[in-house]
Amino acid sequence: MRLAARVGLELGSLKLDVEIEAEPGEVLAILGPNGSGKTTLLRCLSGLQPIDRGRITLGDRVFDDPETGAFVPAEERPVSVVFQDYLLFGHLSALENVAFGMRARGVARGTARVRAREWLERMGLREYASTRPRELSGGQQQRVALARALATDPHLLLLDEPLAALDASTRASVRRDLRDHLAGFDGVRVLITHDPLDAYALADRVAVLEAGQFTQTGTLADVAAHPRSRYVAQLVGTNLLRGTVTGTAFAGAGGGSLTVEAESDGPTYVAIPPQSIALYNNPPAGSPRNVWRTTVVDIDAHFDRVRVTLADPLPLTAELTTAGLAALDTRPGDSVWASVKATEITTYPA
Amino acid sequence: MFFALPFLGLLWRAPWGDAWSLITSPDTLDALRLSIVCSLWSTGLSIVFGVPLAWLLARGRFPGRSAVRALCTLSMVLPPVVGGVALFFALGRRGLVGQWLDRWFGIRLPFSTPAVVLAQTFVAMPFLVLTVESALRQLDRRYEDAARTLGSSRWYTFRRVTLPAMRPALIAGAVLAWARALGEFGATITFAGNFPRTTQTLPLVTYLKLESDPPEAVILSLLLIAVSFLVILGLRDRWLGGFTSGG
Repeated sequence: MRLAARVGLELGSLKLDVEIEAEPGEVLAILGPNGSGKTTLLRCLSGLQPIDRGRITLGDRVFDDPETGAFVPAEERPVSVVFQDYLLFGHLSALENVAFGMRARGVARGTARVRAREWLERMGLREYASTRPRELSGGQQQRVALARALATDPHLLLLDEPLAALDASTRASVRRDLRDHLAGFDGVRVLITHDPLDAYALADRVAVLEAGQFTQTGTLADVAAHPRSRYVAQLVGTNLLRGTVTGTAFAGAGGGSLTVEAESDGPTYVAIPPQSIALYNNPPAGSPRNVWRTTVVDIDAHFDRVRVTLADPLPLTAELTTAGLAALDTRPGDSVWASVKATEITTYPA
Repeated sequence: MFFALPFLGLLWRAPWGDAWSLITSPDTLDALRLSIVCSLWSTGLSIVFGVPLAWLLARGRFPGRSAVRALCTLSMVLPPVVGGVALFFALGRRGLVGQWLDRWFGIRLPFSTPAVVLAQTFVAMPFLVLTVESALRQLDRRYEDAARTLGSSRWYTFRRVTLPAMRPALIAGAVLAWARALGEFGATITFAGNFPRTTQTLPLVTYLKLESDPPEAVILSLLLIAVSFLVILGLRDRWLGGFTSGG
């Protein structure tokens, strides 16, 4: 059953206005910074929050349509949610947590328990059936939450930051487990995250949500290669400038100019990998056509790599080795020469 | 010091030699039985009516909600005698509602055991309502959301998620209400009067004995203290102590 949703909603300062389509068997990741409306969107899909405008359908079932007044409340939607901090019921055992949804839907106690036990076994938690959630590790809690969500046989599974509550040491293994368990579910899956690694590991497609709007959708490789916002550029670790190109001459929206390789005309984005920007104390001799004088704003170390932020009008970040920085001998506020080869610059229409 | 001194005074004056015979005397046992039965009834009534009221105050959106809460708090801080007088003029034989109860159903509340229960409930229920209401407000409502996404109706959610989460507050509120009902004096004597075996509760006997037989009053006071102390202690260890709600 296919998910098709147009969601328009004003809630406080948030103005949500997005369109989602997802096929069964697909994992769609909604990637966005805090406050972009991710969780609100999830509440709309699950039925905890009615929408102002638009229409939400799963298969041929209309969940929410303000125009006709149709609204299916959360408890009647075949939609399950794995919440950010799992929200397992603290007064119930792991088994009773998993059985909860079936019991709520009128399945007899014995049957619900047998099926809940099967789910726990599938999640590798057979010996934790009678354990209370707070005595389980973060990864185990997540598996109980997933079993609880899947035990009601949903057609749409929503996951809200399923890995955010875990510490770094267990994240990788839990992420791997989660991917395996998700693979066994054939409904529509929508994952909400602020971490591109989660999206990369778990999702087929991403939609980038910023301030209530999708700024970009597509495969992660596609999005990473052609970022269309500063947020995405930062996530994938590249420089992004917006401006106008005439032939091979690029003029930045905030000033500054660069020569690019591909010829085109009109508003454009340019992406420049930080590794391709070279810095010098003196004007460099030789081939690069893009050479300009600028000021160092900030220097930031990442393991054996150093990121140097440059001043306007071309606010770029250059990545150097630690040895390279030592040779340059520069500090924030110092003046440097920067250069980048035209062949290293990617351009695509804005 | 301020809290401990009165207790020491009681212990100092207690006629320990006669204590047992006094406590087991028929008059005392009658009063004790009546006290316990009435206070348990009023605690029960407080739960039955107080929990829905607390729910409405915490979650409901209706005009006059703050007025209802103010009324609730008022009956808590009101001098109990005033409460008793008010009950009398509302439910007495010539009262606002009481005259119709009498005329239509032949029910005369004042000076009966149900009047004791009513007077106690009047002063005790606010303790339960306010405790439960504040717990409901502090509850993380996302757990209820989680239950709903699992297909749980509002009633099922209340029963299996909300109620267990506020159990400590419910117990604390019930204990407070019960202790208040057990010690109730002013509203009881005004509305229900002072008739042995029907409305004479232990606090009433204690007050009367203070005039006729002070040492006995001391023993009865200690008995009241002991009963409430034991129950609160027992409850705290079993339910309140170390109970942290996780859902």
